[in-house]
Amino acid sequence: MKHLVTSILTLFLALVALPIVVVTNAQAEPLRIIIDDGVIEPLPFAVPDFVAENAEASEYAAKIARVVAADLSGTGLFREISKDAFISTVTSFDSPVQYADWKAINAQALIVGAVNVSGNKVTVKFRLFDVFSGAPLGEGLQFGGTTTSWRRMAHKVADAAYSRITGEGAYFDSRVVFVSETGPKNDRKKRLAIMDYDGAGVQYLTDSQSLVLAPRFSPTGDRVLYTSYETGFPKIYVLDVASVGRQALADQPGTMTFAPRFSPNGQTVVYSLSSGGNTDIYRMEIGGGAPVRLTSEPSIETAPSFSPDGKQIVFESDRSGNQQLYIMPANGGAAQRISFGSGRYGTPVWSPRGDLVAFTKQNKGRFHIGVMRLDGSEERLLTASFLDEGPSWSPNGRVIMFMRESAGAGGAVSLYSVDISGRNLRPVPAEGGASDPSWSPLLK
Amino acid sequence: MTHLYKAIFIVAALGLGACTNPDQLAGGGAGGAGAGTGLDGTTGLASDPRSPAYFSQTIGDRVLFAVDTSTLTPEGRATLTGQAGWLQANPEYAAIIEGHADEQGTREYNLALGARRANAVSEFLVSQGIAGNRLRTLTYGKERPIEVCSAEACYAKNRRAVTVISAGAGA
Repeated sequence: MKHLVTSILTLFLALVALPIVVVTNAQAEPLRIIIDDGVIEPLPFAVPDFVAENAEASEYAAKIARVVAADLSGTGLFREISKDAFISTVTSFDSPVQYADWKAINAQALIVGAVNVSGNKVTVKFRLFDVFSGAPLGEGLQFGGTTTSWRRMAHKVADAAYSRITGEGAYFDSRVVFVSETGPKNDRKKRLAIMDYDGAGVQYLTDSQSLVLAPRFSPTGDRVLYTSYETGFPKIYVLDVASVGRQALADQPGTMTFAPRFSPNGQTVVYSLSSGGNTDIYRMEIGGGAPVRLTSEPSIETAPSFSPDGKQIVFESDRSGNQQLYIMPANGGAAQRISFGSGRYGTPVWSPRGDLVAFTKQNKGRFHIGVMRLDGSEERLLTASFLDEGPSWSPNGRVIMFMRESAGAGGAVSLYSVDISGRNLRPVPAEGGASDPSWSPLLK
Repeated sequence: MTHLYKAIFIVAALGLGACTNPDQLAGGGAGGAGAGTGLDGTTGLASDPRSPAYFSQTIGDRVLFAVDTSTLTPEGRATLTGQAGWLQANPEYAAIIEGHADEQGTREYNLALGARRANAVSEFLVSQGIAGNRLRTLTYGKERPIEVCSAEACYAKNRRAVTVISAGAGA
């Protein structure tokens, strides 16, 4: 148990700290994780099909195990061992674990689970084992819900396993709101959609009658701020996810508003307002009240994002002559420039851990997603393509989701995710074209 | 909203023939997202100097911009001088000025840039004596390209501000 936790913690420290720490291999200590030349050896794990405790549960037992395995493998930090290699079978949740059988196939972590279905209720329980220590890692856990939410039960199992092994918060039981795109580039139809973080269960929140842009989740995931052209002009709306009811934010006649984001307490929105050709940043209470102007430069100020403590706002401005990132107090006032590298920086988003800012960078005709510290140091570019844009943080601050669009008339737009180490770049399936992702917090 | 719907109504009422302009109601939903410059197809009335079709086809409904700028070019100012003359001669019309950007830029920045471009046109028309309450500005950022290649030849046409004539002055 201690071995497993220690080795993964070492892995995480190595990922965060730069330069990469090289941990030497030692055959006598099989739990060591080798980080060599920037390549991480993922931790091997086994997830036998969960035990179906009654006939109704058999439909879910294997599916849940598959989702758990996909969650863990998808992080790039774990590698699933195929069940073809299994020596032991698990037929009962409470039967003793044959550690030697799992050790023999080099499974360092083992997840055993059971499913019980009664009517439309499903109960999922699981245990996590550190094979090489020959002991459980933490207590067994049980989750209950409706059969239609079986995927959430699976994500919760994976979240618990991930957290226990890494010592970090997890992110699997979460959702993403995004813009679904169809049609050619010069006749693009856009509508809001929501799905699980892994692309499952896409649901549409608006029709494609009006152009919609850049939805942003509230801190509790119950509401979404977005920009719509339904009046003919860009304007901010707030949508209730459960009822799909929407309401326009109060605005001033003759102005255009866009780029909204919630404050950490969910009561304030910070956004951009264009009037007379000048775009500045404002804040307003969601429930009403007068807008408060936070910037008043003649330059473009947009894409504001609150710090997790709500005391500061990171935003982009071209006041220096081109797009750069700045931090100012949440009530406005003197702003400090934080980006100084070559190229242009936009769409900053404060990390949930508070220590990093993710951004879009344009340099020499290419777009990048990157992260930097709050003083602009340790800039790391995680991606590069014709057009990468609009980062959004996973709930635990470990992964960034963004949109990527390819060049030319047939340019296709889709979602990708990448670890903040720059590893594990992967597409996120979303039923066709997708852009402007916003990752929810971990669901309750 | 009323402006935009009226603009679409005019386009519809003028009767669209075979339209080859890719900007024709591009992406046009009921929300007016593509209110665009749908007047070019109205060839039947283009000979009438008082018609919006004449405005868009003969005078020219759009001006182009250099990369990441909202400065009017000499050609742009000449076009806008013509637009101002037409608007003065036809006081029953108003206009919505749409600002657009090419795809080389982030979404929010391009919205702000489109607003700057639309405003540059609006200010020029006002300086030529057009009442400000006949004009409204609108930005589409990079959302409504008319050309789809990822090369300067297309970008140059997408970096534009389009003056869309609508019914009802000062509404």
